[in-house]
Amino acid sequence: MNYKNIGYALLLLALLVAPFAGAYPVFIMKLMCFALFASAFNLLLGYTGLLSFGHAAFLGGAAYVAGHAIKVWQLTPEVGLLLGTLGAAGMGWVFGVLAIRRQGIYFAMITLALAQMVFFLCLQAPMTGGEDGLQGVPRGKLFGLLSLQDDLTMYYVALAIVVAAFLLIVRIIHSPFGQVLKAIKENEPRSISLGYDTQRFKLLAFVLSAALAGLAGSLKTLVLGFATLSDVHWTASGQVVLMTLVGGMGTLSGPILGSALVIVLENKIGEMGGWLAKLSGVQWFSSLGESVTIVTGLIFVVCVLAFRRGVMGELIAWLGNRKKS
Amino acid sequence: MEIFGKSLPALLSQLLLGLVNGSFYAILSLGLAVIFGLLNVINFAHGALFMLGAVLTWMGMNYLGLGYWWMLFLAPLTVGLFGVVIERTMLRWLYKLDHLYGLLLTLGLTLLIEGLLRSIYGVSGLNYDTPELLEGASNLGFMMLPNYRVWVVVASITVCMATWFVIEKTRLGAYLRAGTENPRLVEAFGINVPLMVTLTYGFGVALAAFAGVLAAPVIQVSPLMGQNLIIVVFAVVVIGGMGSILGSILTGLGLGIVEGFTKVFYPEASSTVVFVIMVIVLLTRPAGLFGKEK
Repeated sequence: MNYKNIGYALLLLALLVAPFAGAYPVFIMKLMCFALFASAFNLLLGYTGLLSFGHAAFLGGAAYVAGHAIKVWQLTPEVGLLLGTLGAAGMGWVFGVLAIRRQGIYFAMITLALAQMVFFLCLQAPMTGGEDGLQGVPRGKLFGLLSLQDDLTMYYVALAIVVAAFLLIVRIIHSPFGQVLKAIKENEPRSISLGYDTQRFKLLAFVLSAALAGLAGSLKTLVLGFATLSDVHWTASGQVVLMTLVGGMGTLSGPILGSALVIVLENKIGEMGGWLAKLSGVQWFSSLGESVTIVTGLIFVVCVLAFRRGVMGELIAWLGNRKKS
Repeated sequence: MEIFGKSLPALLSQLLLGLVNGSFYAILSLGLAVIFGLLNVINFAHGALFMLGAVLTWMGMNYLGLGYWWMLFLAPLTVGLFGVVIERTMLRWLYKLDHLYGLLLTLGLTLLIEGLLRSIYGVSGLNYDTPELLEGASNLGFMMLPNYRVWVVVASITVCMATWFVIEKTRLGAYLRAGTENPRLVEAFGINVPLMVTLTYGFGVALAAFAGVLAAPVIQVSPLMGQNLIIVVFAVVVIGGMGSILGSILTGLGLGIVEGFTKVFYPEASSTVVFVIMVIVLLTRPAGLFGKEK
C-alpha cells in the first residue's frame, strides 16, 4: 500500500469514529459538505482548467431548491437532495452554454456575473425568504422510513453520500473522459486537432461540477435546516477558490484538506486573535474574529505569490522528489 | 407631459442618474481594459481601489481638512502610487503564469483592503458634502438639474476622452498599443516596457480612484461600495469587449442609461438588467459588441 491509500483509509476511519471521539457531528457534516463542494469545483479548475467564479450559485441555488422541496412541498429528504442536484445541474448547463462561448479570463467574469444575477434573483424572489433565508427546513425521514432527526443517523447518511460522491469524482477523473479533460487543460488546440469536440467536454465537465456542488448545497440545507443568502453571495465562490488553492488544485485530496483548513480557520479565528492579543499585547488582534476577510485576503495573496501548488501539491512534489533520489 | 405613463421630469432625472452610473462604469471598464491590454491581468481590486479613492477623500477632508478639489487630485495620485507598489512587488511575478493567478491575487488584495477598512470604519456609510461650487440645482424649466451630477458626467467623459486621445493619437499611446501587441519586440526597440507596464497599472487604478472621488457625494461611501460595482463592471466589459477604448466608454454610458430607465419602468429588474443584456449579447455576438474574436 502506498501513502495515498493509507491516507484515505485513515481519513475514512477517523470520520467513522469521530462522533464517538467527542467531535460535534454537525460541524463535521458542515466540513464534509464544503469538502464535497471544493472537490466538485476542483473537477473544473484543477482537471479541466476552467476557473468558474460562479459556483456559489450552484451551492446556494441548490440549497434553496432542496429546502423548498422539503419544507413547502413536504417531499422526503432524498427527493429533496435529488431535486437540488438536478436544479444545480440545469443551472450549470445554462451557465456553461453561455460562458463557454468565451475563453480564458472572460469565462471567469461571465460565471461571476451570472452568479450575481442568481444572487439578486434569490434576494428578490418570494420563495427564498429574502434577507432571512429559508429557515426551519425539517430533516424528515429518509425514504419515508429512517428518521434523520438524530444527529448521529444524519451523520452517517451524510458521510455515505459524501464518500459516494467523492468516489464518483475519482472515477470521473480516471475515466477516458477525465483524461480528455486533462488534455484540454494542458493544450486545448491540440485536443481539438486530435478530433475531440472540446466544447462538449467542457460543458459536460461544467454540468457535472455544478451538479456535485448542488449536491453539497442540498446536503448542507438538510443538515443545518436552513438555506441562506450568504451561500449564493460571490464571496462563497471566492471561498471555494481559496479552499482549492490552499489545498492544492489538480490534486484529489487537496480540496478536502483546503476546505477543512479554511472552515476551521473561519470558525476559530476569533480565539486565535484573542490568544495573539494576549501574547503580543496588541489589542487589535482581539478584533480579528470580526475581520475574517483580512486573513482570507492575506492567505490568497501569499498562496498566489509563493505557494501555488498548495499543501497537497507541495507534499506530492516532495514525495515524488524523494522517490527519485 | 408624460411618456409611456411616466412624467417627463422623473424620466429625465433617472436618465441623468443613469448617466452618472454609466460614467462610473465607463471609467472603471476603461481602466480594466487598459490594464488587461498590457498586463494580461483582470484587476479584481478595481472596485476596492475605487472605494479607496472615496474613503481617502473622506479621510483627507476629515483628518487633514483638505478640500474636495485637493482630494480630487491627491486621492488618485495616492492610489496610483499604491498601484505602482502593488505592481512592482506582487503582480510582476505573475505575468508568465496563467491569467487566473492575476485575478486571484487581486481578489486577495480586494479582501485585504476591504477587510482592513471595514475593521476601522465598519460597514455604515461615511458621508461628505458636495463641494460648495457645485451645490444646488439649475432650473431648466421642465426639470431641476442637480449641478453635481452634471459635473460627474462631464468630468468623467472628459477624462475618458482624454485617455482615448492619449492612447490612440499620441506617441506614448502608440508605444502602449505596440506593447499590447508584442511587448518583446517593443522592448527590442529600446523602450522600457516594464516601466511602461508599472505606470499603466498605476494610471489604471488612479482612474478608478478618480471615479471613487466623484462618486462619493452621490453614493454612500462605505468599505463595501466597490463590491457589487466591480461585478457589474465585469459584465460591462464582457458586453463591450476589451478590444476598443471608445467601445468601453460607449458601452459603459449606454448600460448606465438602460439601467436608469429600467428603474423607472420595472424597478425590480434594475439590479439584473445589465446581466440579462450580457446573456443576450453572449448569445448573439459572443465576442462582445466591440470585441474581435481571436
